[in-house]
Amino acid sequence: MALPDIKEKWTYKINEVTIGAIEQEGGTRGKTITVGGQTTLPLLSFEGNIPNKPVVAGYIANAVPDWPDTILKGIGDEVKSPVEWAQKSVQEFKVDLLSIKLIGADPHGKNATAEECAKTVSDVLKAVDVPLIIWGCGDDEKDSLVLQACAEAAKGENCLIGSAKESNYRTIVALCMANKHKIISEAPVDINIGKQVNILLRDIGYNLNDVIMFQTTAALGYGFDYVYTISERARIAGLKGDALMALPQICDVGGEVFRVKEAVADEDALPGWGALEKRGPMWEAVCAGNYLQAGADIVIMAHPVAIKNIRQAIDKLF
Amino acid sequence: MILIGERINAGFKDIKEAIMNKDGDTIKNWAKIQADAKATYIDVNMGTASKDPATLCWMIEQVQSVTDLPISIDNNKADILKEAIPVCNKPPIVNSTTAEAAKLDLLLPIVAEHGASIIGLSMDEEGSPPNAEKRVENAGKIFEKIMEYGIPPEHLFLDPIVMPLKFKQEQAAAIMEATAQFKFFSDPPCHIVCGLSNISIGAKHKKLINRIFCTMLIANGLDAVILDITDKELVDAILTAELFMNKQIYADSYIEAFGS
Repeated sequence: MALPDIKEKWTYKINEVTIGAIEQEGGTRGKTITVGGQTTLPLLSFEGNIPNKPVVAGYIANAVPDWPDTILKGIGDEVKSPVEWAQKSVQEFKVDLLSIKLIGADPHGKNATAEECAKTVSDVLKAVDVPLIIWGCGDDEKDSLVLQACAEAAKGENCLIGSAKESNYRTIVALCMANKHKIISEAPVDINIGKQVNILLRDIGYNLNDVIMFQTTAALGYGFDYVYTISERARIAGLKGDALMALPQICDVGGEVFRVKEAVADEDALPGWGALEKRGPMWEAVCAGNYLQAGADIVIMAHPVAIKNIRQAIDKLF
Repeated sequence: MILIGERINAGFKDIKEAIMNKDGDTIKNWAKIQADAKATYIDVNMGTASKDPATLCWMIEQVQSVTDLPISIDNNKADILKEAIPVCNKPPIVNSTTAEAAKLDLLLPIVAEHGASIIGLSMDEEGSPPNAEKRVENAGKIFEKIMEYGIPPEHLFLDPIVMPLKFKQEQAAAIMEATAQFKFFSDPPCHIVCGLSNISIGAKHKKLINRIFCTMLIANGLDAVILDITDKELVDAILTAELFMNKQIYADSYIEAFGS
């Protein structure tokens, strides 16, 4: 008797989402990036197809992030200029696309105006030709202005805009539909809310084929396992036929990792933990690698050493 | 949950008349209503209105002219199935066979040839099963045969044979017990289906009885049902039961999401 076939038989396909628009599509990008389209779990290519490899989005911002000097030094002086940071990320760090976080708009920080943010987005788009992900500063009220201005400035570029939550999804849908962008749907480490936001988006007529899910991201050691299981469960539900969960996923690894002590405290504070110069990027790489295994399609990363490691892992394993 | 819409059945007067009068509109209308209500399959039954395979083929064509949904061919005659299955645009479910060896040997080669699925009733030449053990024994016979014909378990829908609550009250527990045991025939398991409305035959509170029994069967492993898909309270109860079984991820608007 032949050995029974114990391969998992998935019935559904994860949506394929393309970010960026080249000239013929009304944009100015030199290339587009497509994620999703899988019919199997990550790495298990013997059970289905993985037509698009996961991608690395380079983290950039319109203000210098509150990260230790050791980490900022790894990136270089360019962190002070979003345009130069963007160029270096593309040319030297070899990222597939860019993710700009407009933290400079934070009313409690630099409080950059919506117009200033839009100008930064335009400048970045002119300086590099990879697709762009645009995030607000995290303050809903300010972000409604900031994202509106940025979406208009990037009109036709098919950017990925972050993020639509239960509290603001109508605004985000309106500005994305008007300016031809795609949406990141966000939930606060809660798979039920994650599904609910997708229902809300679909109910007001937004096509879920143009949405990427963000379950929020936790750094290794700080709720990582919660997010890992959510991402994995969402992916399994999607592959089993839950159309509301069959969406690609994004993880903001760089934005989270350099907030936890293991990745930011130097050896003076943590004797025996090894040099921060190495430990910081290692923490980021390990965290990103694990999210790729959970079902992340886009990982946002900051440190060039971590980016290089993850690129190699993706090239070898996917 | 696999929801098989039961309405295009010559047991209903309007369908019987539609078959007699070659009135495609009535059949199309019911196909559309059931598709809009989110059926997974549309059952097509010509009952005693005709014995001509061409009639069944015509009915299937009417359904397929208004929906892409796959068909559940409610017929167990080999010569009719041989003509009706090729008319289906998508692999259909054959509804149904019993555990009788002669019948299985007649129908399963046709099912295997077309990559179709089949509903296996857990009854044999002796008739309706009196208890859970006999149901499991009959289901086992069907399972063995589908393996023999190379039909994968996911193409088999085992039916525990639902009997009316009003007349066979002691059977409900046996049906649930058998359902629970069908799950263990293979991994991944075959589907488990039932003709739900049998449970409420002759009863006064039909819809309530259907709804409650369906959720109890889901708790025991039922994952497909032949039902009145337009009974919204029933469908809502099924969606909710699936959450209890952790088959679907909860979201506040899970009912609305199903309908949209």
